[in-house]
Amino acid sequence: MSIFVDESTKVIVHGLTGGQARFHGLRNRDYGTKVVAGVNPAKGGQDVEGIPIFASAAEARAATGATASFVAVPAKVAPASIIEAAEAGVPVIVCITEGIPAQDEARVYNQLKRDHPAARLIGPNCPGIISPGRCNIGITAGEVALPGGPVGIVSRSGTLTYQALYELKEMGIGVTTCVGIGGDPVPGTSFVDCLAAFQADPETRAIMLIGEIGGTDEENAAEYIASEVSKPVVAYVAGVTAPPGRRMGHAGAIISGNKGTAQAKMEALASAGAKVAQNPTEAGQLMADVVRSL
Amino acid sequence: MDLFEYQGKQYLARYGVPVPEGAVATTPAEAVERAARIGYPVVVKAQVQVGGRGKAGGVRVAAGPAEAQAHAQAILGMDIRGHTVRRVWVEQASDIARELYASFTLDRGAKAHLAMVSARGGVEIEQVAAEDPHAIARLPINPVVGLDEAEALGLAGDAGLGPPLRHDVASVLLGLYRCFVEGDADLVEVNPLVVTSGGRVLALDAKVTLDDNASFRHPEWEDFKQAEELDERDRRARELGLQYVGLDGFVGIIANGAGLAMSTCDVVNQVGGKPANFLDIGGGASAEVMANALSVITSDPSVRSVFVNVFGGITRGEEVGHGIVSALRHSRIKVPMVVRLDGTNAAEGLEVLREVESDMVVVSSSMMGAARLAVQLALAGGKR
Repeated sequence: MSIFVDESTKVIVHGLTGGQARFHGLRNRDYGTKVVAGVNPAKGGQDVEGIPIFASAAEARAATGATASFVAVPAKVAPASIIEAAEAGVPVIVCITEGIPAQDEARVYNQLKRDHPAARLIGPNCPGIISPGRCNIGITAGEVALPGGPVGIVSRSGTLTYQALYELKEMGIGVTTCVGIGGDPVPGTSFVDCLAAFQADPETRAIMLIGEIGGTDEENAAEYIASEVSKPVVAYVAGVTAPPGRRMGHAGAIISGNKGTAQAKMEALASAGAKVAQNPTEAGQLMADVVRSL
Repeated sequence: MDLFEYQGKQYLARYGVPVPEGAVATTPAEAVERAARIGYPVVVKAQVQVGGRGKAGGVRVAAGPAEAQAHAQAILGMDIRGHTVRRVWVEQASDIARELYASFTLDRGAKAHLAMVSARGGVEIEQVAAEDPHAIARLPINPVVGLDEAEALGLAGDAGLGPPLRHDVASVLLGLYRCFVEGDADLVEVNPLVVTSGGRVLALDAKVTLDDNASFRHPEWEDFKQAEELDERDRRARELGLQYVGLDGFVGIIANGAGLAMSTCDVVNQVGGKPANFLDIGGGASAEVMANALSVITSDPSVRSVFVNVFGGITRGEEVGHGIVSALRHSRIKVPMVVRLDGTNAAEGLEVLREVESDMVVVSSSMMGAARLAVQLALAGGKR
């Protein structure tokens, strides 16, 4: 088992005909992911290395029965691609696009919630999702992840996600699914969503959570861990010594209170029962201890 | 991007929010000329992006040309908490009857817009929030639905404002909200929002933060960018498209992704070093970006070693390798460098680096090991 995507997941790559989408879409296929279609409104009927291109996500889904969308198109058009995928009924939409305006992101999130509650958006501005050995949607270098479990990973940071996969692989520990939820202000999928899914997934027996300064998602995760998660959790939060992030004026300070610092997040996670590491390597070591005692 | 008060007011005015008449001046003579056009009394206000300028003497009322001249003379060039005043905003003095507070921002936790309005403006609003949270009326707004007139009226009412003021404030709130949404701001905050003795509602201050990600659809932001005051390192990094923050340590740091860059700073600290900077080359960095990053970092004289920590996803290892090689060829880099490279095409990247590997360019396979080595090299005075 894994969460959100597995070996049966069939993927539409938006913008497969060029740029980042082509590079990573083809890499995902090389990894073994079932990339069944590409979308480009101007190039329907063509193909990219044997993958058929459709003019719209709806046509692509109708023709292929795709169950996931990979959105890697530029920030100007990514919100429209996400909505297009949701309107086509695609249940899992992975968007790696960086630099989407916050207002667009907030609108997309709330529009999906209202009009397409069954659609799960992962990202934007994230590395994607990988269920090692089964499915890789996004930009993660698949070879750094060892398949098989028992660890599920959820991370806000792209590169720290790879770092975590690498640390675990070094110690021979496999991963069920690794979800990069992205570091943007309004991610489609939260820590809590992933914790709930990992808790319900029988093959995942321990969870690694990687956070960073800003926002309150880690604090929310800590609350959820304390009340709902029985599986062991190892956590790492980046940014203890980083320069304080931009504070959103006084209004931001009122909303977040003293939440948002790495210290506050680590304390919240520790008091929820998570083992909190000081650096990614230690996170790997703590997880190795956890896995040994499972 | 944070706007200066005068830019914020100009921006608010675009969306129909009433602001006092005013103009920018960079010399005392200009200030007097502006004041003459506006009509006395005027307020001469220091334009700095830091609080406490009133207490520092950066806001003064002038009754006539002699005072306007003297105030502008005193304020221009003044240092307010480390910020040098380069411009003053000369505006019509307002006859203030009441001071309110209004803001719109994104509540990340609720994933919705949040409006806050208080009848207790003009003071530190955080203090009001701490002492008497009920003094601030809050309204979550669904970004898909937006704010309508009835809600704006209700919000003004919740803040304790009665008719007819409530209607005037509501109309200002609608303008502020449009500025926040259509203007692609992360924050629009007005403190104080004043009511004049004649009953006009005016934004007497403006704190506006624009979302840099939206600059592609706001050509009008170009003027704001021109006026931005950055230090030399920051300016260069910005021009080169790098996420750079100068720190006060001695280990230069280059990483890809904000999370890894932060984590790299943390790790350098943990092994006894001090980061000289935070630098994120972003996703998909080219060899050119990598070379630029190295040139920015090594131009900082406090840097005694450089730690390049790249875990490629969208960034490809060979680009990082070529960037390092090109930087070494084209600029004189005198400090040792420790490179840790993993992920997408890392093997290709390491292959490229093989030709420059030396005592001064060391490849390390683990993040902790690389951090220790970078700190050791820095402490050894940049030489092995």
